[in-house]
Amino acid sequence: MTARRTGRPLVPAYLSTGGVATPRRGSLERLSVLAATDQPVPQGLPAAQHALLDVLGDGSLTVVESAALLRLPVSAIRVLAAELTDRGLVTSRPPVPAAEPPDPDLLKRVADGLRALKH
Amino acid sequence: MASAPSSTSGLRQPGSGPHLPDTARELVKILVAGPFGVGKTTLIDSVSEITPLHTEEQLTEASVAVDDLAGVRDKTTTTVAIDFGRISLPGGVVLYLFGTPGQERFRSLWDDIAYGALGALVLVDTRRIDDSFDVLGLVEETGLPYAVALNTFPDSRSYTEDQLRAALDLEPGTPMVACDARETNSSIDALLALVQHLIDRSAGT
Ligand SMILES: Nc1nc2c(ncn2[C@@H]2O[C@H](COP(=O)(O)OP(=O)(O)OP(=O)(O)O)[C@@H](O)[C@H]2O)c(=O)[nH]1
Ligand SMILES: [Mg+2]
Repeated sequence: MTARRTGRPLVPAYLSTGGVATPRRGSLERLSVLAATDQPVPQGLPAAQHALLDVLGDGSLTVVESAALLRLPVSAIRVLAAELTDRGLVTSRPPVPAAEPPDPDLLKRVADGLRALKH
Repeated sequence: MASAPSSTSGLRQPGSGPHLPDTARELVKILVAGPFGVGKTTLIDSVSEITPLHTEEQLTEASVAVDDLAGVRDKTTTTVAIDFGRISLPGGVVLYLFGTPGQERFRSLWDDIAYGALGALVLVDTRRIDDSFDVLGLVEETGLPYAVALNTFPDSRSYTEDQLRAALDLEPGTPMVACDARETNSSIDALLALVQHLIDRSAGT
């Protein structure tokens, strides 16, 4: 890290986490994709779990979109989705196949896609 | 509280519901970070295909709990709205943009949102450069690659690129572009400057 010339404080090396690869296996990310399975919904399912199933409908939503639509904190969706997954009523998949650093081909497709949106 | 920006995305798809398109395969995110009122929501809105959504996130004020002699009884939490937008790109990639406030007290929320992000676009208002130091510090601590987008307001003074780079203390390789967050094309160009930087880095430097 270079010396700072200005008033902006230097980030000490010991504070740097060296990237965003903190392992968090098994836990749902904001962009994990949720979908309902076609298993029958059991009687007496807690209302909050029911609400998540309803908002998923027969499509897919990310954790963060489910939270926004249900007006619940992301942490609550993580819990509800985990319970529904345990019951076999919901499946989840991670946002991207794990790659660190990000796959150059994926980055190129993001750039090409953005360029195509300009008008 | 900032009101909803008046202009909306030229990319909004009428009738597109909140559900993901069936073609969605890879979901990636970029943080749109910056201090209060710098234009984060405006930029996200100018490129999002969905009306931007938000989540309410709780911030636990640790200092309150520590100072409170009665223990947890009066522990207060404040809530902050984190908005996000979505752009489906051809080829199955869905890009999410998260408007992320950059102050040290948002640290644990920041880490949660930054997890897995490709990088950050840091918005800077040149009338109040110091306000961006916190967010630049957070981005660097997280190790996220970033680009700087300068939003100019009617009463902004003009600086040379060198003056701004020095004031922000940017590494020579960090992209810095001017941006009008209200304009879709300008916002896309700023995002492209970041993504090109990510490509250059991944090409092995
Ligand atoms: N001239 C100019 N005005 C802008 C630009 N970007 C945003 N604004 C205006 O600045 C104001 C604040 O923008 P917001 O997008 O609400 O800022 P924000 O960063 O989301 O603010 P908070 O969420 O409150 O932290 C709005 O009135 C915008 O119209 C820009 O690039 N140029
Ligand atoms: Mg905002």
